Amino acid sequence: MEDLSRFKQTYFDESAELLEVAEAGLLRLTPGEVDSDEVNAIFRAVHSIKGGGGAFGFTELVAFAHEFETVMDGVRNNTVPVTTELVDTLIRANDLLGQMLAYAREGDPAPAGTTDGTVAALRRHLSGGAPQAQAPAAAPAAPAPVPVYADDEDDEAGLFGDAMAAIAAARAEEDPVPPGKLRWTIVFRPRPDLLMSGNEPAFMLRALRRLGDATVECHTDALPTLQTLEAELLHLSWTVTLLADADVDLDKINDVFEFVADDCDIRITADAPPPAAPEAPPPVTDPLPVAAPPAVVAAVPEPPPKTPGADAPKAEAARPRPNGGGAEHAGLTSHTIRVDLDKIDRLVNMVGEMVITQAMIAEHVRELPPGEFQELLEGLEQLAQHTRELRESVMSIRAQPVSSVFSRMPRLVRECAATTGKEVQLVTSGETTEVDKTVVENLVDPLTHMIRNSIDHGLEGPEERERVGKPRAGTVHLSAQHRSGRIVIEITDDGRGINRPKVLSKAIEKGLVQPGATLSDEEIDNLIFLPGFSTADQVSNLSGRGVGMDVVRRNITSLGGRIGVYSTPGEGSRFVLSLPLTLAVLDGMVISVGEERFVLPLTNIVESLRPKAADLHGLVGKCDVMMARGEYVRLVYLHQLFGIPGAVADPTRALVVLVETEDGSRLGLVVDEVLGQQQVVIKSLEANFRRLDGVAAATILGDGRVALILDVAGLREMSRHMDSRAPRPPSSPVAALPAPALEPV
Amino acid sequence: MSSSTALATVGGTRTDARNDVMAVNAAEEQYVTFTVGSEEYGVNILSVREIRGWTPESRLPNLPDYVRGVINLRGIIIPIFDLRARFGGGATSVTKRHVVVVIQVGERTRGILVDAISDILAIGHDAIKPPPDVDGGMVDAEYLSGLYTADDRMVTLLSVEKLFSVENSELDSATKALPALERAS
Repeated sequence: MEDLSRFKQTYFDESAELLEVAEAGLLRLTPGEVDSDEVNAIFRAVHSIKGGGGAFGFTELVAFAHEFETVMDGVRNNTVPVTTELVDTLIRANDLLGQMLAYAREGDPAPAGTTDGTVAALRRHLSGGAPQAQAPAAAPAAPAPVPVYADDEDDEAGLFGDAMAAIAAARAEEDPVPPGKLRWTIVFRPRPDLLMSGNEPAFMLRALRRLGDATVECHTDALPTLQTLEAELLHLSWTVTLLADADVDLDKINDVFEFVADDCDIRITADAPPPAAPEAPPPVTDPLPVAAPPAVVAAVPEPPPKTPGADAPKAEAARPRPNGGGAEHAGLTSHTIRVDLDKIDRLVNMVGEMVITQAMIAEHVRELPPGEFQELLEGLEQLAQHTRELRESVMSIRAQPVSSVFSRMPRLVRECAATTGKEVQLVTSGETTEVDKTVVENLVDPLTHMIRNSIDHGLEGPEERERVGKPRAGTVHLSAQHRSGRIVIEITDDGRGINRPKVLSKAIEKGLVQPGATLSDEEIDNLIFLPGFSTADQVSNLSGRGVGMDVVRRNITSLGGRIGVYSTPGEGSRFVLSLPLTLAVLDGMVISVGEERFVLPLTNIVESLRPKAADLHGLVGKCDVMMARGEYVRLVYLHQLFGIPGAVADPTRALVVLVETEDGSRLGLVVDEVLGQQQVVIKSLEANFRRLDGVAAATILGDGRVALILDVAGLREMSRHMDSRAPRPPSSPVAALPAPALEPV
Repeated sequence: MSSSTALATVGGTRTDARNDVMAVNAAEEQYVTFTVGSEEYGVNILSVREIRGWTPESRLPNLPDYVRGVINLRGIIIPIFDLRARFGGGATSVTKRHVVVVIQVGERTRGILVDAISDILAIGHDAIKPPPDVDGGMVDAEYLSGLYTADDRMVTLLSVEKLFSVENSELDSATKALPALERAS
């Protein structure tokens, strides 16, 4: 009972708003010019009041609202001319509707004859203005129960339109019942006179939707022709496919129909979830016999109390929604919205600033005497957690599967194959891997180029492939996956691999390498990334159009990524791109060297340790190595690399942070101290300055100072040059050896 | 804190100057002048975004001494150039009274470390003298846009675009890969 009164309250509140809407609309109604939007708004307001009133059994109110509505319908259909008198009458009618609502609210019957005058006035307009208007046969004006007539307003509001769209969507997917859900098929065939008792099928359909994902199919097969159409009768029936959670049981569904069980035929069947039983949609011509193979067939619900709304405990299910269908539809049709990317960027920026502020507070709080500020510390802990979650959600807004890029590639492959006369098969995997939108967008060019490259340079022609015992068609495999906080994209071909002698001679010819140089295979392979390098003997349509692998590498590095090439002669090549998932925030470890502080991406860090003297060794006088967990790791002194004075130089007194690059090679960074883990917002150094070796980006620490984010692979590169350039005292005869320790162990 | 007071006052000056510039004769342009040691320099006021007190910078590795480092300017990171060091006078030993002139060069925002702000001058085009023919190699005259005499002082007007045109990062990364190969020979 309590529940019901709450709903009544809602109804009266909403009705009051609707009355205002209607009044405002009526006041704007000018004779002669009919704004259909305006008229529709008034019509809907009145209609909604009527519908809600019906559900609560306010028969007098409903009867009057119906008269009002009929005239508005006439206006809408241009069968009732808008005159000053009409507008006056309508405004009076609106006032009267308010009075009727007031009576209903008090639970008092309206004094006999209250509506007579106005009803008569309304009808005059109806009959006088429009001879063809189907004025309903004079229903008794006052208290007597008045039939409620069918109308198509809900349809106009898009209810069934939406339902059809939903059906189409559901059919397109043909999805099986997800685990934990139940699929119910509800065939709802009301008796033609259902509307006479003030019931609205739309309410029941909406109630069903609230129970789960409902797909509503409307059967119009019983519709009579226009000549025989009885507007007061209901000729429609519905089949609802409801995908609901397991806790929605038969009773809940039956509750929906509690008020109308006497006036309709209802069949409720359930599909068991896992064995996705072939769903037999009831034939449109005859929806009643439901074929539901492994189904639980439900009985028609027990007869409900005769007067709907009087004392129904389960009013929830049939809760009226007097404010029309609008809100319901909006919720159903749009699960996504389009948002301007700028707005998201602003949001991301704000979250970034918030992360900094949070870190700043955390830093200050650390200095407070412990124990005295327990609540503050707890609050801060929560804030940190919320910030992290917020950051993740905001980032995920921008995430997009790489399939949007991958899906463009088959066409590219077909074109390339046609141009080169090669047979190519493209295999993709990991298309659903999600990455930040900016990363995805920037992948198009590099991938396009690399796939072209693989087909043009990598793959052999069909005849040649047959000769060497490979299938005629070459395979290019494009894959994406998440690996330790980054996305790794690989382009693999089973072609001939990089022709190293040719690459080397080309490089010497172009003056990129000095003649007589000895390069490792890996170094030769990497020559293809040098600017100005091209092995194409002649410029083909595909590659060698001035866009080289150097551009690819530059694109990738500008995204904070790296590219590596691995090639086996005769077996193919593999290009590995490693990119950050997002360009905005990273988890970092703050370290100090001398006065300076740096941030190491957490994903690069293996561990940090303080080496014992016995663990340290010199390697052919070129560099220091350390024994860590059974492996020799080269040490890199950050203060040397960056020229920082006042740092701890002795590794046994400093800390060694063991870092790992994406390709798995390890390095021991010698730093003074490890200060702690922190989320940092990546700030561009290039925006106002330029790129720096060994530095991926910058960030702002809690105290507002700038710290550089280190680029581990860049540091490795730098230290290679450093070790070979900076002569170390005991010069060794094998000085020209390419530093062996830096190869992956 | 003395630095923040300094900031406030110079900041105020700047706003007034901005307003004045609207009313100024089209043939004249306003210049913010500042001192480095005994010399006075000027930059066009339209390129000056703000003037702030010195805040400690974070160093950047392996760069010429005139690149002092970077600071956080309300969430963006800007490099600070030391004007004294740029002209070969060695790195400035900063105090809280030193001033950073934040300059907008195209898309980029940079800071220039100077000793003090001295004046705001409205200078007519005619009053700007071309830089004298300096012996080649002594002064890279590209960044000098002219000389101006204010009372008895000489003000060197600077073209900020050219003064700290940092190397293109693309060029940089391209040259980076080469030594690795050469050393192997």
